[in-house]
Amino acid sequence: MRPFVLLLWLLSLPVWAVIETYEFSSPALQLRYHTLSQELRCPKCQNQNIADSNAPIARDLRVVLYEQLEAGQTDEQILAFMVARYGEFVRYRPAVDRNTALLWWSPVLLLVVGMLALVRHLRQREVSQPPQLTAEEQARVRALLERRNS
Amino acid sequence: MPVKRFLPLGIFALLALLLFRGLSIDPTALPAARLGQPFPEFSLPVLQTEGTVGASALDPRPALVNVWATWCYSCRVEHPYLLELARRGVPIFGLNYKDDDDKAREWLAQLGNPYRLNVVDAAGTLGLDLGVYGAPETYVLDASGDIVHRHVGVLDQAVFERDFVRWFPQQGGLGAGD
Repeated sequence: MRPFVLLLWLLSLPVWAVIETYEFSSPALQLRYHTLSQELRCPKCQNQNIADSNAPIARDLRVVLYEQLEAGQTDEQILAFMVARYGEFVRYRPAVDRNTALLWWSPVLLLVVGMLALVRHLRQREVSQPPQLTAEEQARVRALLERRNS
Repeated sequence: MPVKRFLPLGIFALLALLLFRGLSIDPTALPAARLGQPFPEFSLPVLQTEGTVGASALDPRPALVNVWATWCYSCRVEHPYLLELARRGVPIFGLNYKDDDDKAREWLAQLGNPYRLNVVDAAGTLGLDLGVYGAPETYVLDASGDIVHRHVGVLDQAVFERDFVRWFPQQGGLGAGD
């Protein structure tokens, strides 16, 4: 029982989300609200999404998000609305452009560099030969092994 | 081989350069999404008179649009400088952001009124359209009514002379208007 409780404790994630009640006309909208509010970044408190932030601007953006969802806007339309006002900054997954290219491609770049370094390293290791024993040393090794086996 | 020997030094130099540049970057400064675009259209009440106005009321231009509120401490700090700019002849329009009308009127009566006009944005809708994320913020509208600059935080002499004076050459430098 105790390990089980411990496991549950380890698996549980902290819930920071601000408690607010919005009445959604459908569960699908509610789901999209949660996804989008976690993907939109609070302009004031920059390392929080608008779902987690208590800042007044984050609250305003949540209201806008709710209203636009209920008004039947698509995810793309809502994100475009936010980006038009607060820039690509407002998205935690910004579009790939000149500014964000490095951000998006650096994991691939680092992986390639790492692979190349690894391949080089392994090749170098193959080339280096293990030290060769002289005939005299080999005879001693054989003698030692025989003595152990007997 | 000599290349390999200098590799750590090279990496160190690159990293040092990157981190040094990081020292002079303000992480809270956001790019203004509305630069180069016309001031968003609106229809909102005015603080000291009856009726509503739209973006065409922000005239004469070039002008400043200052986002302020009585709950904003930094607004109090920059207020004397706004009065000074108004005295020099810089047209300033106020955007009273998420504020109480009575308190705002009292503020202007006590501290002086640098604004040609104050648009009341009690719900913050125009602020949202502008991309405002705090007060004070100051925008520059050019002669055609486009937003050409945004400053977040206190506007003072140094900031004005660095970033704003190019749109107000007559009302600019020290001593102008005296």
